Amino acid sequence: MVISDETRSKIEEAISKYPQKRGALLPAIHLVQADCGHVSKECAAELAEIFEILPIQVMEVVSFYNMFFDSPQAKHHVYVCTNLPCSLRGSRSLLSQLESHLGVTAPGATEDGRIFLGHEECLGACGYAPMMRVDDEYHEDLDVEKAKQILDSLGK
Amino acid sequence: MLESPYVTQYLTEHFSEADYPTLEGYERRGGYRAARKAITEMAPDEVIETVKTAGLQGRGGAGFSAGLKWSFMPKDDERPKYLVCNADESEPGSFKDRILLERGAHQMLEGILIAAWATGACATFIYIRGEYAYPAVQVERAIAEAYAKGYLGENVMGTGFRHDVQVTRGAGAYICGEETGLLESLEGKKGQPRKKPPFPAQYGAFGMPTTVNNVETFSHVPHIIGKGADWFRGFGTEKSPGTTIFGVSGHVVRPGLYELPLGTPLSEIVFEHAGGIPGGRKVKGVIPGGMSMPILPAGQLDVPMANEFLRERKTMLGTGGVMVMDETTCMVRAASVISYFFRDESCGQCTQCREGTGWMHKIIERIERGAGEEEDIDVLGDVAGKMEAKTICAFADAAAWPIQGLLRHFRDDFVEHVRQRKCPFPGSFEL
Ligand SMILES: Cc1cc2nc3c(=O)[nH]c(=O)nc-3n(C[C@H](O)[C@H](O)[C@H](O)COP(=O)(O)O)c2cc1C
Ligand code: SF4
Ligand code: FES
Repeated sequence: MVISDETRSKIEEAISKYPQKRGALLPAIHLVQADCGHVSKECAAELAEIFEILPIQVMEVVSFYNMFFDSPQAKHHVYVCTNLPCSLRGSRSLLSQLESHLGVTAPGATEDGRIFLGHEECLGACGYAPMMRVDDEYHEDLDVEKAKQILDSLGK
Repeated sequence: MLESPYVTQYLTEHFSEADYPTLEGYERRGGYRAARKAITEMAPDEVIETVKTAGLQGRGGAGFSAGLKWSFMPKDDERPKYLVCNADESEPGSFKDRILLERGAHQMLEGILIAAWATGACATFIYIRGEYAYPAVQVERAIAEAYAKGYLGENVMGTGFRHDVQVTRGAGAYICGEETGLLESLEGKKGQPRKKPPFPAQYGAFGMPTTVNNVETFSHVPHIIGKGADWFRGFGTEKSPGTTIFGVSGHVVRPGLYELPLGTPLSEIVFEHAGGIPGGRKVKGVIPGGMSMPILPAGQLDVPMANEFLRERKTMLGTGGVMVMDETTCMVRAASVISYFFRDESCGQCTQCREGTGWMHKIIERIERGAGEEEDIDVLGDVAGKMEAKTICAFADAAAWPIQGLLRHFRDDFVEHVRQRKCPFPGSFEL
């Protein structure tokens, strides 16, 4: 079993809150990812069993959403928003300078697997551009130096 | 945590006060009195009538009458009824729901309770976009406080009315903001919009009668019930009452949030409130309501920000996301960013949308590179025109409109790219 007992009981709790079991599938995938980092084939098979659906139905959902992953991920996810309001305030040059700072081409991860750098569509911070999302946290009103410092402070 | 709006009215007036997000702080400022009044003193129909009379329009983009939508919920129906609060906010240029979630979760919950009473809904699902981690924590905290105080659950305020509220987190898909895409996602599926009819009031979440409203729409409701429809109509225009929170972004001195009455002239928002364009430059164009809404050129910024006036200029209020572009801006680059987004986010069910968004981006990108031909510009307009009003959801229209707007007002930018075989705006923002 790859999904821990603790996560399983949280999934059961989520299921109890929905009128139909399947309603808890997105919450369950969030829980599995928080635990295992991504949804492996084994995880998908176990989720399928819990939800009484086919593994392919789990994978279909995983692949539809940008925040779900079917393969191992870098330790930290960094996304620079490059939608129009952020682009107007220099987000593309921020992104390219972070690319050279980390030595990666976005979307891509550093060799040591510490940071994945990518671009993202509007994150609801357009008035505080340029901005980036680091894992669950927003960093707004950035300049290049501030952004580099934030990346450098991220642990392994 | 987001900065408090620069200009506040009734929705956001307490947002900079530290204790306001807590239940205690909210009640100290009169919170939950309107919900108590609705549930203990008003019949559901009376609540609906009040909201109708107030003329509250949905703030999620389409501007549909909230009271009218509530009245579509079936009355003699044994099935459980649900509300959905749309907190997916992912329209580019829009960041107002975020502050309403972060600082005003109780205000929104009170609006939800009143709507629940009016429609007979037994539960509400709040669907929050996956990236909004901090806002979701604030909403969860507020919900827990409301349960502990007996404002949610089996016996709301001791009246015997039952209502449960719960949060579902999205996972990064713009299309889950469209209400039926949201419903599919809520049911644990891919967020692909449903064919309508049946409409959500007949067949919504988990097949049950459902009303979907935006975060801001719910947030206005306690004020309407508490202070009355006439008071509410004291803000805004005859046809578009109330305030809204404008999110101003792009080339302005003070980007940020501004709560202002509907009908405030766009020029006042850009030049007075947001401080105008930095560096003494001139404005070139402004997108008035989030990226799906057609742009207005510098000469048309006198327009009052309400749908009855914006429609005359072939655009709409949308989500009130005001994006300002100065004279350095290359509008073909803007079109490129816009079309990239829609190509990326199309759910792919409808041919016009799936193929059209791809074609638009390809053509625009070619023109921007300097490799386009004059006829490409006509083909672009043609593709956009063929995408409108033919698909399962309004995403395809939302993808076509901004491109049509750019062609309508800034065709010369496209033509110059073709003639000069390069981008004629070297000082524009980078692609
Ligand atoms: C492509 C697309 C995306 C949408 N995204 C959102 C959104 O993020 N938030 C929202 O409240 N409404 C969004 N809407 C509008 C919803 O479909 C729906 O009309 C709205 O939530 C209803 O609430 P209201 O009547 O209170 O405005 C979107 C619509 C479309 C077509
Ligand atoms: S219009 Fe586009 S986004 Fe909407 S259902 Fe069709 S393909 Fe999907
Ligand atoms: S455009 Fe970057 S946060 Fe909205």
